[in-house]
Amino acid sequence: MADGTTEVAPKPTATVGRLARFPLRKTIQLVIGIAVVAGAAWGAYRTISLGTFTGAAWRDLVVFGVAQGAIYMLIALGYSMVYGVLRMINFAHGEVFMFGAFGSYFVARVLNDHGLINSSPVLSIAILMIAGMVCSVAVAVLLERVAYRPLRNAPRLVPLITAIGASLFLQNTARGFFGDQDRGYPTPDSLGGSWTILGIPILRSSVIVIVVAVTMVAALTWFVARTKTGKSMRAVAEDKDIASLMGINVDRVVVMTFVIGGMLAGVAAVLFALVFGLVGPFMGFVPGIKAFTAAVLGGIGSIAGAAIGGLILGVLESVGPALFLTGLKIPGPNQLKDVFTFTILVLVLIFRPGGIMGTGEPEKV
Amino acid sequence: MRRPSWFAVVTVLGALSLVAAGCAKEEGGGGGGGGGAVDCNTVEFGCVTYAAGAPIRVGTLLAISGSVATLGLDSQHGVSLAIDYLDGKFDGKPGQLVGHPVQLDNEDDLCSKQGGQTGGTKLASDPTILFVVGTSCSSSALGVADKLLGDKGIILISPSNTAAGLTAPDQHNPFYMRTAQNDAIQAKVVSDFVYTKLGFTKAATIHDESPYAAGLTGGFKTFFEQAGGTVTDEEAFTTIAGGGSSDFKPLLTSIAQTKPQLIYFPDFNPECALIAKQAADIPQLKGVKLMGSDGCNASTFFDQAGAAANGVYLSSPIPSPGASTSGLLDQFNAAYKDQFGKQTAPFNANAFDAFNVVAAAVKKVAIENSDGSVSIPRVALKDAVFQTKDYAGLTGTLTCISTGDCQAPLAVNIGVYLSPDVPTNKPGSEPIFNETITLEDALGSG
Repeated sequence: MADGTTEVAPKPTATVGRLARFPLRKTIQLVIGIAVVAGAAWGAYRTISLGTFTGAAWRDLVVFGVAQGAIYMLIALGYSMVYGVLRMINFAHGEVFMFGAFGSYFVARVLNDHGLINSSPVLSIAILMIAGMVCSVAVAVLLERVAYRPLRNAPRLVPLITAIGASLFLQNTARGFFGDQDRGYPTPDSLGGSWTILGIPILRSSVIVIVVAVTMVAALTWFVARTKTGKSMRAVAEDKDIASLMGINVDRVVVMTFVIGGMLAGVAAVLFALVFGLVGPFMGFVPGIKAFTAAVLGGIGSIAGAAIGGLILGVLESVGPALFLTGLKIPGPNQLKDVFTFTILVLVLIFRPGGIMGTGEPEKV
Repeated sequence: MRRPSWFAVVTVLGALSLVAAGCAKEEGGGGGGGGGAVDCNTVEFGCVTYAAGAPIRVGTLLAISGSVATLGLDSQHGVSLAIDYLDGKFDGKPGQLVGHPVQLDNEDDLCSKQGGQTGGTKLASDPTILFVVGTSCSSSALGVADKLLGDKGIILISPSNTAAGLTAPDQHNPFYMRTAQNDAIQAKVVSDFVYTKLGFTKAATIHDESPYAAGLTGGFKTFFEQAGGTVTDEEAFTTIAGGGSSDFKPLLTSIAQTKPQLIYFPDFNPECALIAKQAADIPQLKGVKLMGSDGCNASTFFDQAGAAANGVYLSSPIPSPGASTSGLLDQFNAAYKDQFGKQTAPFNANAFDAFNVVAAAVKKVAIENSDGSVSIPRVALKDAVFQTKDYAGLTGTLTCISTGDCQAPLAVNIGVYLSPDVPTNKPGSEPIFNETITLEDALGSG
């Protein structure tokens, strides 16, 4: 693909030149940044001085946020790794997540019919995780093989559009198979209630989500840093052509990336289903968008970035409306939770175009 | 070159379909008017004429897919049973209206403005549609489907739109009417239940930004505060279908800070189920009662919320037929169970009545032509529906008032059920509280 020749811009006149020397863009950025931070600080100050929220409430909000963020984090890792290796956004990742949830749903129903879910919840959750992972991995690998591999060397926009098409296709396939009603997901009764950890009562479901997610991220970090496959993934992410010259089977590495992304999505799906108790064909859409946002926020292509982005997003969604808006007497503050998510995203991208952990270089999709 | 050959085929087909469309249009719009008091050629919006033996076409615009399909399909079944009953018996075989069979054109309102727009446009563009039963959700009707159809002189009669705005004098479309109760009534009953029966003085509300839910929480606030109660917190969320989150724990934690005794959340599923489920997990909401509405009250609620559904209060209209139709209600319920299984939402009887109120008016105004065709003038039909008085329906003895509420003039009976003993979950369940009040009572005190 030859790039089109860019037109040479007309030479700036002297006045424009002087204006250009004045750092207008930087100044506007700074003003916006200061205004937002000041507004947030004022809102937070007003809320805290009102004193409606108890300390326990703030603590709960943070824990809920972390648990939600942990799910975003697991999905975000899938976006981020595929982007790192292939430089493409796999918009169908939310549907990989959804199929994982459905896979485990059918197993969960069988387990529930035999009473296993309540009699041995730990074993059941392990089985559900495996079922979720198997389904998600199958869909992710199929997706790579059918929809993305033939387009590996096509211009960047092509796989992007294909991904959106694949996403719609998978959503409607699930709708056709399973109907569009959300279904109740059987959850162990022992998952209700809370455990007291370090003197803080935390919902059992939140504890499980956080523990599983952190374990998965730790395992992934170890895998990418220490194993041979991990090393070859990093090599492919750096430069596909050189990596293949060095004897790395790029196709295998790409499949491996989708497998890992699928596993994480499958685990996230089971956690999501256990927390919310619902599965449906469109359940992947919103978490997918949020996780994508988290990946961009943290710095797409970076594992630590996806993790941090997911957590920040989750906590902001949970704490943001209460902290910044209650004091300003804005009615129905929780309606505006997405405003925080995207304001923070815009702010981060203005000041660090590559995301929090990114390289700082703007990347074109 | 092969190109011209298929090109020719396409052209011919296109020309043929244009001719066919032209014919169809003539059949629907013109003709008619053979020797009645009404001259179909001059009257506003004209007449709809059906050739001898041709079916009368009725549209439905209900939420038949998506997360609230339980509501739309339930109403659609009510309409099907009304057509079944045109011959005076529930035998699974459709009856006839003024000597013509009835054919349904089922569209989806998607329980949203967009769905109302798409489905409404489609039905409004079909001149052979006599009237439309719908919509399921107030958001699809208000300013969208009611206007699209009303502009063409097509009646829109809803079995389950309850938002007060739809029949408010300043917003009412002349071709819109409903057999569902006005939410001013439901809000009043809920407020009475919470304040008088439960003896609570502090409540919080959550709505989903729809005219239905926001109308109910707003109405509840008015009545509850008049009675002497306090609404401690008014929250709102974006529906999951609209891109919102499934996590209601932060919202519920915010509400818990204002220490209400009850949370009123008249929304739809799955959000109702998620709120019920997650409220059970919030330690600070211990002992706080939950109250949903007829939107929550669907079979999906019990499936999705599981054990958390138990102990939730749900309000719903109770069909209260007069003495002449109470036997019919039993037959209707038996036929419903027979043909469609368990009812999934509380509005099927309203849908049955909606169809029948218009069908009765059709019988009054239809002009039988000498060639066996029938012409129905649109404006006269609308006027006849508005003249409905003391119609013995399944839901009560109905009278239509000028703003489109076709309800029992004496009272609408609203019940409050304590889950799991709810008819959509356990058929035959009895309400723990019920009140029959008129629209005037509700509006008068509001």
